[in-house]
Amino acid sequence: MNTFQQLGHGALTAFQRLGRAHLFLFAVLAGVPSLLLRLRLLIQQLFSVGVLSLVIIVVAGLFVGMVLGLQGYNTLVDFGAEESLGVMVALSLVRELGPVVAALLFAGRAGSALTAEIGLMKATEQLSGMEMMAVDPLKRVIAPRFVAGVLSMPLLAAIFSAVGVMGGYFVGVGLLGVDEGAFWSQMQSRVDFNEDIMNGVIKSIVFGVVVTWVAVFEGYDAVPTSEGVSRATTRTVVYASLAVLGLDFVLTALMFGEV
Amino acid sequence: MMDKNNNLVEARGLTFHFGSRVIFDGIDLDLQRGKVTAIMGPSGTGKTTLLRLIGGQIRPSAGTIHVDGHEVPRLSRRELFELRKRMGMLFQSGALLTDLSVFDNVAFPLREHTALPETMVRDLVLMKLEAVGLRGAQRLMPSELSGGMARRVALARAIALDPMMIMYDEPFTGQDPISMGVLVKLIRDLNEVLGLTSIIVSHDVAEASQIADYIYVLSQGVVVGQGTPDELHQSESEWVRQFMQGMPDGPVPFHYPAGDYAEELLSRGGGR
Repeated sequence: MNTFQQLGHGALTAFQRLGRAHLFLFAVLAGVPSLLLRLRLLIQQLFSVGVLSLVIIVVAGLFVGMVLGLQGYNTLVDFGAEESLGVMVALSLVRELGPVVAALLFAGRAGSALTAEIGLMKATEQLSGMEMMAVDPLKRVIAPRFVAGVLSMPLLAAIFSAVGVMGGYFVGVGLLGVDEGAFWSQMQSRVDFNEDIMNGVIKSIVFGVVVTWVAVFEGYDAVPTSEGVSRATTRTVVYASLAVLGLDFVLTALMFGEV
Repeated sequence: MMDKNNNLVEARGLTFHFGSRVIFDGIDLDLQRGKVTAIMGPSGTGKTTLLRLIGGQIRPSAGTIHVDGHEVPRLSRRELFELRKRMGMLFQSGALLTDLSVFDNVAFPLREHTALPETMVRDLVLMKLEAVGLRGAQRLMPSELSGGMARRVALARAIALDPMMIMYDEPFTGQDPISMGVLVKLIRDLNEVLGLTSIIVSHDVAEASQIADYIYVLSQGVVVGQGTPDELHQSESEWVRQFMQGMPDGPVPFHYPAGDYAEELLSRGGGR
């Protein structure tokens, strides 16, 4: 094949996959209502997707907040504005770092696990087996995992931000001597619920949908061999992370860009 | 309905292409009710594909398949699922759900498709497990089972909803002689006791001839031989003889198609 053919072939394959991914998403969404009757499946997945991601989210949030406190203080103190540290830390976390970093960690922790699990279920004929037992794997396996991911992501991002603010507080107030009252009161007066917090929540919902969608699709679409599953897992982390960063720019431009 | 004859599964002119590769080229099959039919052939003849066609997981490129009077490729998803509740399939790997115990695996189809109270599910599961001799293993997880046990659990699961037929995908592959004997006996006994129709896809000539009432031999997309096990063992066809007696060379060449040997050795060929 010459270069042009390869280019065309690659593009066609990519668009075919994109099409399959969308059909897959609609099929999964159609399976969501029946999940209401089987909350146990959802709760199991909320545990393995959400609760088990808590440790990495809390630890990462703490460190990110501490670094923000340190860096923010060093810059702000030059202008004598170190009392604004609380605002700076809170806004950075709630608007950007909370949703984005939590989503990246989520893709690495929960997304890769979802892809590997579903891919291996496919490789060991468990999904085929379900279909032959007249059980739709999209409803029984994929839908609970998808919903669990979408519900977990905003909560994890909120926890990330909250822990991060505490990290900034420990460093700023505890170590560097920023006035405690100013730290909290400035934060309270300058962080707006709709403008800042809700926009962050919307971001994290979008990221949750995208990361989980990529993860479950890659698993379901994986080539059912050990190599295929390993590739699919890698693709989940790469695609989901890039999608999060790209979408973050788009969402930020829509929400905060005064163009 | 096609009750004029006694066929549970009927394929006519069944053709299936995988990309440009022809897997089946217009084959006709009649699988009779209440019988054990073996589909045999060398590896890579698409025997598993045939089971997927019967189960409606893939659609034929041409031709028809009827199961119990329904034309499988034309069924809606809902109708197909209704039909599948009456078909059991035993996968080569067993395909047990790895996050559920043996008990829950067998209970899975009952819980998914019936509203039976849990006490009755329990009784049914214990009966099915007893039938395959693994009632004592009910609490084990699939990872704790040997290959033969996993297949028996899968068999118990396949008969959980009392299907009309069971499809076995290479049930004898990779079994030690004892579990092989157990499976051979189980397949035959279940077919008699439950009044099933069994389809066995296999390349194990000895075991399949032992339990099958009728055998189809497939190769390169066509039926090359069919008949009762005795008829096939007496077959005049060189091809069928090679397969039934396991001779390394014959109409099916030992060599994968290749260019001239001497020429390839002498060529300076740098890489592929």
